Amino acid sequence: MSTIALHDEHNQDHNDHGHHKETLISKYIFSQDHKMIAKQFLITGIIMAVIAMFLSILFRIQLAWPDKNFPFLETFLGKWAEGGRIKSDFYLALVTIHGTIMVFFVLTAGLSRTFSNLLIPLQVGARDMASPFLNMLSYWFFFTACVIMMGSFFIQTGPAAAGWTVYPPLSALPTAIAGSGLGMTLWLISMILFVASSLMGGINYVSTILNMRTKGMDLWKMPLTIWAFFLTAILGILSFPVLVAGVVLLIFDRSFGTSFYLSDIVMGTNILPNEGGSPILWQHLFWFLGHPEVYIVIMPAMGISSEVMSVNARKPIFGYHAMVYSLIGITVLSFIVWGHHMFVTGMNPLLGGVFMVTTLIIAVPSAVKTFNWLATLWRGNIRFTPAMLYAIGVVSFFISGGLTGIL
Amino acid sequence: MSLRKFITNKTTAALAVLLTVFANTSAFAQDAAAAAPKAVDMSEVYRSVIFYTLVFLAVCLFITIVGKALKVYELSQQAQGKAEGINWHKVNATLFAVSLIVGLYGLYWEYTVHGGMLLPDAASEHGVKIDSMLNLTLILTTIVLVVTHILLFGFSYIYKFSPKRKAYYYPHNNTIEKIWTIIPALVLTVLVLMGFLTWRSIFFKTEDPNNKPIQIEVTSEQFKWSIRYPGADGIVGKRNYKLTTSSNTLGIDFSDLKSRDDLMADEMVIPVGRPVKLLLNSKDVIHSFYMPHFRVQLNTVPGMQTIFEFTPTVTTRDMQEKTNDPNFKYLFYCAKICGGGHYNMQKDVRVVSEKEYEEWLAKQKTFLNDDLRKQFNLPVAPAPVKAVSDSSAKDSVVVKNKTLALNK
Repeated sequence: MSTIALHDEHNQDHNDHGHHKETLISKYIFSQDHKMIAKQFLITGIIMAVIAMFLSILFRIQLAWPDKNFPFLETFLGKWAEGGRIKSDFYLALVTIHGTIMVFFVLTAGLSRTFSNLLIPLQVGARDMASPFLNMLSYWFFFTACVIMMGSFFIQTGPAAAGWTVYPPLSALPTAIAGSGLGMTLWLISMILFVASSLMGGINYVSTILNMRTKGMDLWKMPLTIWAFFLTAILGILSFPVLVAGVVLLIFDRSFGTSFYLSDIVMGTNILPNEGGSPILWQHLFWFLGHPEVYIVIMPAMGISSEVMSVNARKPIFGYHAMVYSLIGITVLSFIVWGHHMFVTGMNPLLGGVFMVTTLIIAVPSAVKTFNWLATLWRGNIRFTPAMLYAIGVVSFFISGGLTGIL
Repeated sequence: MSLRKFITNKTTAALAVLLTVFANTSAFAQDAAAAAPKAVDMSEVYRSVIFYTLVFLAVCLFITIVGKALKVYELSQQAQGKAEGINWHKVNATLFAVSLIVGLYGLYWEYTVHGGMLLPDAASEHGVKIDSMLNLTLILTTIVLVVTHILLFGFSYIYKFSPKRKAYYYPHNNTIEKIWTIIPALVLTVLVLMGFLTWRSIFFKTEDPNNKPIQIEVTSEQFKWSIRYPGADGIVGKRNYKLTTSSNTLGIDFSDLKSRDDLMADEMVIPVGRPVKLLLNSKDVIHSFYMPHFRVQLNTVPGMQTIFEFTPTVTTRDMQEKTNDPNFKYLFYCAKICGGGHYNMQKDVRVVSEKEYEEWLAKQKTFLNDDLRKQFNLPVAPAPVKAVSDSSAKDSVVVKNKTLALNK
């Protein structure tokens, strides 16, 4: 019932729409239109990708010729590359920010949110998102996060430099590395804003998909793209808050002298007063997000390629139900595999064994998806549109990448 | 001559191949010239960077021109009302077939040429187990990779668009789906079981009373490693980070008798064939103790001791002969970003015979020196206890008695 009511409401909204005067700002900047927000995410994502690529070129040039000086680097980086050689601290900062931008700002926001915003209302037959205002806010939180992250390049001590996983105590102690000063604080604030933006987006996608589907479209009639976006949003809603919890504790450790992650530390001969914490705690909290994050990145791509392949092979996707169940399987299992990032961290070896089992189990739904894609191509009438070429590429990449995961 | 004829012409094709070969060889010649050990001159690096950038741009330009030319050709064909022009489905499908063959050959080439660079030879007991596990997994995944890619690219080639044919309506088949759920599950069960056994044999060892492990304590700090050998009693003594001073950098608690005979070393020397129990600690941030040849990696965590036990099987000298490199050295590194000096945080490891090990150990100094004796209110001894490097329990009692006697 509520589905229909909401839908009608939106129809009425639409009738009134013609009377609105749209200014430049309301149309392009503080837009509440899902398509415009999708474009905003796409463009910001692309800009961030270009920046991150530029950073990677800088550090890879130095990596390729570690014993050479590049005067042009000094032109770009100033005191960070005196004499044309990148300082080791700043090298780490480049790597850190490159990783952070690519994983969070490009792959999560640029891919998943662009297409979620663009396609969800179109494919479930809704006029717009459940809450267009929240949707707009989600973009602007994301934008602010980007600005703060990039802003950390323009402070005295430089950006965060503890790797994109920012393991404490390195990230907690400014005496350990210069980047753990103000740069790290900015990183953490940026991350909180990013997660807030993710949650706003995710709640929106889930409520839109659950409540605003068009008449007659039950869950089992939804396109696979929508299933993928739906499950991605659920993953994000359940895992991102854990990162926020971890980040808040880290801020407490850094700024208010608590000892959540710190214990028994001697910097040089300076004995720190912290006792009783554990750096492993951060790793658990981080990877509890960090691993689902991998699937947050890949699942929208899986959903999109499924549809593209089905359309261009002129066949329905093979085993629609199996595809959905394997997506659900991946979603559920991805919450219990985070420990495979921590085999050598000093985590209890018994726990390592358990995580090995769950990690290999998650390969089963992935294998089912791959075989179903192959069966979709089988005896099809394949039209090689650019989208189709990319979709086949996705499958090839997913096979190669997935198999290295087992390894 | 029409463009189609021009493209299909054998002479043109042969010329194109020759041109590519020529370009490639000259590129490699350039590369070889750049690699030659001339004076350190940046212009060379720039030249090679610019060279490859230009080559890349030239290739892009070439592809664009070819693409445009083909488009013009297609349009002109259409304008004349002739057949459709190029069958792009066929071109793409052929490219899929070609890239399958090239890709499979590339896979074979990578395995044969670079396969040996995957990991250095294992030099520890469990390293061999890990390698066999890795190889098994590699074989299984390679089979899956090859089969799925043959299917993926093969289907793309075979079932390319044709107006004469209709796609086969085949939405699902539960039997097939069950089969390809169960088969991967079974294969993975095998891997899980084997992995579990390997994992257990590494981390859950039962101690052999006749071959007790040598304890070695390794402490990491930015950006160096400190090594402590247990001395004659075979047990490294207690530490308390609060005792850290500039003369007692590890914070060793010398009120613990077991600490007093502990030896310091500036390289890690271990006897071949004896189990070694590493006690890993960190003073400041997280580091990672990594010995690639022995397949040992474990993080060192401040506030928590981590333990790894392994048995070296190949001495440094044997490895030098094996690799034909007289300068070969085992090393251990830091494998976790720990700050600006991370890249240079390493130490030598020497695997020697039991006899050499004992001789070496006898030469090492104790941590406890005269300054520290004063600090801990211990009597200044004329000579430190010489380590008797047999770590059996009987000897350690004797040494304990000796140290007790010294304290009186």
